[in-house]
Amino acid sequence: MSTLTVLRVGPGTSTQDTGRPGFSDTGLGTAGPADRGSAALANRMVGNRPDAAVLEALLGSVTLRTDAHVVAATTGAPCPVEVASADGRVRGAAAYEVLHLAPGDVLRLGVPTSGLRAYLAVRGGLAVEPVLGSRSWDSLARLGPAPLRVGDVLPIGDAADAWPNVDAVAPPVSGVAVLDVVAGPRDDWFLPSWRGLLTGQEHRVTQDSDRVGVRTTAARPLVRAVTRELPSEGVETGSLQVPPDGHPVLFLADHPVTGGYPVVAVLTPASVDRAAQLRPGDAFRFRLVG
Amino acid sequence: MIVDVRPAGTSALLVTFGTLADVVAFHGGLTRAALPGVTEVVSGARTLLVRFDPARTDARSLRGRLDDVVPVAAGDRADDDPVVVPVTYDGEDLDAVAATTGMTTDELVAWHTGQVWTSAFCGFAPGFSYLTGTAPSLDLARRDTSRTAVPSGSVALAGEFSAVYPRTSPGGWQLIGRTSVPMWALDRDPPALAPAGTRLRFVAADRA
Repeated sequence: MSTLTVLRVGPGTSTQDTGRPGFSDTGLGTAGPADRGSAALANRMVGNRPDAAVLEALLGSVTLRTDAHVVAATTGAPCPVEVASADGRVRGAAAYEVLHLAPGDVLRLGVPTSGLRAYLAVRGGLAVEPVLGSRSWDSLARLGPAPLRVGDVLPIGDAADAWPNVDAVAPPVSGVAVLDVVAGPRDDWFLPSWRGLLTGQEHRVTQDSDRVGVRTTAARPLVRAVTRELPSEGVETGSLQVPPDGHPVLFLADHPVTGGYPVVAVLTPASVDRAAQLRPGDAFRFRLVG
Repeated sequence: MIVDVRPAGTSALLVTFGTLADVVAFHGGLTRAALPGVTEVVSGARTLLVRFDPARTDARSLRGRLDDVVPVAAGDRADDDPVVVPVTYDGEDLDAVAATTGMTTDELVAWHTGQVWTSAFCGFAPGFSYLTGTAPSLDLARRDTSRTAVPSGSVALAGEFSAVYPRTSPGGWQLIGRTSVPMWALDRDPPALAPAGTRLRFVAADRA
């Protein structure tokens, strides 16, 4: 079986497939890529089935050696890409480009120029041992194939499909992100000023953000109208859960199944992907679409 | 029975009920109804989050179909015997809880073992089931300070719920005992001992 060997890796790099839906009533969430659109695009670029497992690399920063002819592509946060051959030659490559690797080649992903999470798909998908039917690491439940460590050998599977007709796609345009939200379900738990406070000021991502959620801050917090305790209720990916400090937490792939703080609005799926690429310190705005 | 229905993003509805019993009954009815396009139902203390596939249905037609769901009362679903969980009642908070509620520890153990518990919903950690009983609730407050490490298998009380910690984790619930029955085991199908809707009975280990 063809493999990739991990030569260098930063913290927080894991395998992700479409996740583990259907376990909510046991307290286990879905997980899966934080930026689903980018992971799906990487799979399409190498002709994989949608359920093939990819690498999600926090701030890029991963080096892998292959022992076979491998077709690969990176998407998500655009990072510098380099391929070093066994004979010492180094050739430049790019994110959002289909790469052809030979046995002994070393693939290096550097730190992205913008964005937070890069995705690497290899044709055939990563065939690490699944847990409860999925190859997604769930950082909250601490369940699934463990995050990558130096020396890990990742088998390449057979989740390949027909070849696509592309060899490169355009990377995303960066700038101040605008996140679209749909009001509710608990918008009436806040003073009506919540709309202005959410859409009328800039928000910023704080340091303690992870795959569970993007923590935010802004000049003026949201204010609760209903102050009693909310009985725990199911929450969606993309929920803007508002803790007592009034600054929304944007729930990503590893969010808890249920939560005890009111959700004022929910991101659209495309905006969940955008939120997953925000770095600590990044500014962004919300836009109400419903 | 339904108090209100609100959108939760573009592919889920949050349905609120008056009581936890209504939640459990409606969940039973919803499972039986198998509405087209519904992909997952997440139980809460007073709510059901109904996820749907926007390619197969939409919020408005799903909202309409919810009115036709016939709730299934907990008593009508008692087709299986409750799962039996043996407990050693020696928790660090057992005496304090008994004192707060005006019971002896024996009376407290009798209260805990003398009723059938139903898993209302899961959360906090995989396999952490919020169990609601048939006897009047003690409505206990959480501890003033949370413990940094509650041992796996701890049997606990808080609010209207009882629970068993599936893994060692921080926690503020009142600890009344411990069990060796795992709440979460990956080699079991399903891995959770008590997914939402499961009925349980606790027995004192020395009398089991």
